[in-house]
Amino acid sequence: MLLISCPNCGSRDETEFHYGGQAHVSYPENPNELNDREWAEYLFYRDNTKGTFAERWLHSTGCRQWFNMLRDTVTYDIQAVYPMGAPRPSTAVPAAAEAGTASVAADSTTTGTTAPGTSATSTSPGTTKSGITAPEGATK
Amino acid sequence: MANTAALKGINGLREIRRSPASHLAQAMETGSVPGTVVLKEGPFQTMAGVRVDPNSEESARIASVAGGLPARCGEVSGKEGVSVLWLGPSEFLVVAPEEAHDSLGGDLIGSLTAALGDAPGQVVDLSANRTTFELSGPRARAVLEKGCALDLHPRSFTPGTAVSTEVGNIPVALLKTGEESFRLFPRASFADYLGRWLLDAMREFASPEVP
Repeated sequence: MLLISCPNCGSRDETEFHYGGQAHVSYPENPNELNDREWAEYLFYRDNTKGTFAERWLHSTGCRQWFNMLRDTVTYDIQAVYPMGAPRPSTAVPAAAEAGTASVAADSTTTGTTAPGTSATSTSPGTTKSGITAPEGATK
Repeated sequence: MANTAALKGINGLREIRRSPASHLAQAMETGSVPGTVVLKEGPFQTMAGVRVDPNSEESARIASVAGGLPARCGEVSGKEGVSVLWLGPSEFLVVAPEEAHDSLGGDLIGSLTAALGDAPGQVVDLSANRTTFELSGPRARAVLEKGCALDLHPRSFTPGTAVSTEVGNIPVALLKTGEESFRLFPRASFADYLGRWLLDAMREFASPEVP
């Protein structure tokens, strides 16, 4: 179970959320000029990243708002939570204070042999705070 | 909960209105353990869903009718008899006694609609959308904790806060009304399920404690 830090509501269980797929897939500027293959790639083709992946999430049983999240698909480490429309932050940005507390442990990986070093980027304390840390919700 | 008052209106149909969990009234009566945990379905309430930009002029007008709009998750505002629950950054649930409904002599929905005017947003009468469960007693929190992952400890979930979350795997708005009393607002179609789920969760407290 992931603990996801909703920008509006604070930490909540993964079951309150819906996954929205890859983030930053922009609508083509001139869809009429695309050929069938390019259109199909826009519609259906998504990255299958091993490692840090930007994805959309919807807090469907809470505030019903969408947000973006950077998540490591190997370790399930949540590295950043940022609003829709914002550019993807660099992976060096430390995670929101509450993000992913349930899943940084190495035993939450599905691969078992993953090196633990991958989570180091997200947990370095005391550096620049992203402006999108979750407010002190009722769950804090 | 059946008739709470001899209310007129709705062309005389008020008398045959039945709440979504009225068929569980007997079971809730027998399943409750007075002094430990008590479950009952609350009276009918007038509810209105409000969507409005909280930084706008129209939200100020609505706030003056409803008694303020909560600013963030968990907050509840309101005035005498009216609570406004935060559901989202621009989404609120106004809960008031049944008599506040326009068809029963009140003016809540009408005055909210008038306050919004032609501005972008919406005021929708949701009085039949959700029912109310009232769970109280020293073990009420223990019952809820079986199916709610939030931290319900009084240090973080204080009386007068409300969150929209999951209880027993279904979405509810959970309002803490007192130190040991909670009010749950499930959708009407979930009322039977949640009522039975809560009764099942309460059953252990009716039994003698196992040493």
